[in-house]
Amino acid sequence: MAERTQLIHHYLRHNKKFPHVYCAGCGHGIALGSLIRSVHALGWSKDEVVMVAGIGCSGRMAVYVDFNTVHAVHGRALTIATGIKLSNPNLKVIVVMGDGDALSIGGNHFIHAARRNIGLSVLVLNNNIYGMTGGQCSSTTPLGATTTTTPFGQMEKSFDLVELAAAAGANYVARASAFHAQGMDKLMQATFTHRGFSLLEVVSPCHTQYGRKNKFKTVVDMYRWLKESATPLEQYRKLSAEKAKGRIPLGVFVDRDEPSLEERYADLRADQTAQAGRR
Amino acid sequence: MAKPKKKSGREIFALGAEAVVEGALLAGCSFYAGYPITPSSEIMEGMASRLPGTSDGVFVQMEDEIASMGAVIGASLAGRKAMTATSGPGFSLMQEFIGYGCMIEAPLVIVNVMRGGPSTGLPTSPAQADVQQARWGTHGDHSVIVLSASDVQECLAMTVTAFNFAERYRTPVILLLDEITAHTREKITVPTPDSFEILYRLQPSMPPEWYKPFEETVRGVPPMPPLGAGYRYHVTGLTHDPLGFPTQRPDEIVALLERQFRKIDQFFFDIQLADEIETADAEIVVVAYGSVARSAQLAVAQAREKGVKAGLLKLKTLFPFPRTKLERLAPHCKILVVPEMNMGQMSREVKRVNTGQFAVRTINRVDGQIITPAEILKVLRRR
Ligand SMILES: Cc1ncc(C[n+]2csc(CCOP(=O)(O)OP(=O)(O)O)c2C)c(N)n1
Ligand code: SF4
Repeated sequence: MAERTQLIHHYLRHNKKFPHVYCAGCGHGIALGSLIRSVHALGWSKDEVVMVAGIGCSGRMAVYVDFNTVHAVHGRALTIATGIKLSNPNLKVIVVMGDGDALSIGGNHFIHAARRNIGLSVLVLNNNIYGMTGGQCSSTTPLGATTTTTPFGQMEKSFDLVELAAAAGANYVARASAFHAQGMDKLMQATFTHRGFSLLEVVSPCHTQYGRKNKFKTVVDMYRWLKESATPLEQYRKLSAEKAKGRIPLGVFVDRDEPSLEERYADLRADQTAQAGRR
Repeated sequence: MAKPKKKSGREIFALGAEAVVEGALLAGCSFYAGYPITPSSEIMEGMASRLPGTSDGVFVQMEDEIASMGAVIGASLAGRKAMTATSGPGFSLMQEFIGYGCMIEAPLVIVNVMRGGPSTGLPTSPAQADVQQARWGTHGDHSVIVLSASDVQECLAMTVTAFNFAERYRTPVILLLDEITAHTREKITVPTPDSFEILYRLQPSMPPEWYKPFEETVRGVPPMPPLGAGYRYHVTGLTHDPLGFPTQRPDEIVALLERQFRKIDQFFFDIQLADEIETADAEIVVVAYGSVARSAQLAVAQAREKGVKAGLLKLKTLFPFPRTKLERLAPHCKILVVPEMNMGQMSREVKRVNTGQFAVRTINRVDGQIITPAEILKVLRRR
C-alpha cells in the first residue's frame, strides 16, 4: 500500500484538480495504473517521457500524469507523436487512444504510422464504443451490438485491431485485458521497450456506455465475461474454430526487429553529412 | 522585418518555390512534413533533398495534409522550427490543426501556394482565392498572421520573416503565394546567414517549478521550452488555465483568449508590412499583393508617364490588415484600386477599414489568368 501511494504521488500531478473523469469500473483507469507501474519498472525519468493522447475518455489520461503531456485533436495523436519522435528520438513517446480515435477518425494515420514503423509505444484502449460522446458505435463495435447510433443493432463488421496493425507493418503487436492487470504490466513494458511501432491493445470495459445496453447488468458482469473469454494466445491457437468463437486471445502477436524510421533517418543523415564533408 | 543588412551572398537562378526553401534554411527551419500538391510540390521536393544533409534536419512525407500539420506541430513542441507547404485542397484539410496551433501557441509556418478553386479547381493556374480562408478558415475566434510575397527574392525574405514572426509571437504564420510567384524563375541573391536577423522563441529563465506555459507576460507571449527539457507541462486544444489544464472558469477563458489576441494586436505596427511605391503624392493608389502587385507596379509607372498621379501600396502582411498604411494615404488620395485574382476578398478588407475617405474600385479575375498591367492602367486612367 505504501509503495502504491508513493507511485501515485510521484507520477500523478499534484497541481491538477482531481477527481478524474473515469466511471467506476472503467477499464481505462486500470490501464493508467499499469502504465505508471511500467514506466516505474523501466526506471524512466518523467522528463524523458512524452504522452500524446487523443480525444475521448481514454485521451483524458494525459492530463493526470506528470510527464510531458499533449492532448491532441480527435484521431490525430499519432501525427503529433511522429513529429515529436522524429525531432527528438531520445524521447520515449507513448500514444494513448480510444478505438474510435485510433481506428475510425484516425484509421489512416494508424496504418501509416505502423507502416512507417516509427518508434512509438501505442496504447489503444478498446471499449468497442465512443465513451465520451455518449455511446455511439465505433469501428470495433461488434456485429449486432446496440449503441445509441445503432438502436437496431450494428450492421457493419468490426476491425480486428491486432490483425490490422500486423498487416500494416507494426514491429510489435500485443493484446492485454483490463481484467488481467499483471499480464498487462508485462506486455506494457515490452511495448514500451520494443523498437519501432509497438502496439498494445487493451480490452477495456465501458459499462456506462456499452455494457448496460448489451446485456451486462453490472460492471462485475462485464469483468466476469472478460475473465471467462480471455485466452492466452498459445492456447487459443490450438482451439478449433468453433471453440475459438467468442474468445479473446491475449498475448504477443507480432515480434519483429526491423529498424525504426528514426533509426533509418539517422543513418541517412550520417551518410549525407559524410558525403557533404567529402565534397 | 527580415531585410538583408548588406548586399552579399550568392546569386542563383531560382523558382519562387526554391527561394522559399533557401529562406526556410536560412531561418533555421529543421523540420518539414508535407503531402504533394501542385503548385507547391517544388517546395517539398527542395526540402526533401536539402534537409537530410543538414546537421539535424528532418524531412517526412506524411499520408495527408492533416498528418503533415500534426507532425509539424509535434516538431514545434519538440523545439524545432518547422514548416509545411500546400495548396487549396490541402489547406482546407489543415484547418482543424491550424486552430489547434493557435490555441497551444505553436510557432510554425504554413506556405499555401494558391491555385484556382473552389474544390480541386484549377490545379495549374494561379489564383488568390484563399485570402479570407487564411484569416478565418479554422473554427473559433483566433488571431493569426498572414503574409504574402510578390517576386522570387521576396519569397526568400518573407519566408524568413514568417519564421521570425512565428517564433517571436508563438503563433502559426501563413505565407500565401500564388502559382505565378512560386513558378517564376528569376535571378536572386541568397544572402549570407549573418545578414538576417534570426529570431528564436523565448526560453524560460525560471526553474521548472515556477514555469507556467500559458502565463500572462508583458509581451503576452510566454516562454516555450522544448519537450524533454525538464519543464513538464500539459498541452491541450481545450480552453486552458495558465498551467495548461482544461478550465471552464469564465475569468480564465477570457484571460486566455484575450491574451492570444493581444499578443499580436499590440505589435501591430511591427507586423504590418507593406511597400509604398510612389504613394507620397498619389491621388489614386493600387492596393495589391502577390504576383498582381508586379502588374500593378508597371501600370503605376505607365500611368505616371501619362500624367496620372498614381501609386502602389504593395501588401506583404495581409493579416492583421495594414490599415494604418491606408490611413496615411487619405490626405491626398481619393481612389483605391484593388486588383486581385478572386471575386473580391482583399477588397472586402479595404472596404471594411475605409470610413468614407476613399472610393474603392475593384478588378477581379477568376479565369486562371493573370491580371495584366494594361487592365490596371485602364482603371487608373478612368477618372
Ligand atoms: C473532429 C472531431 N469529431 C468529433 C469529435 C467528438 N468526439 C470526441 S471523443 C469522440 C469519440 C471517443 O471515442 P473513443 O475514441 O473510442 O474513446 P473513448 O471515449 O471510448 O475512450 C468523439 C466522436 C471531436 N472531438 N472532434
Ligand atoms: S464512459 Fe465508458 S470509457 Fe468513459 S469513463 Fe465511463 S466507463 Fe470509461
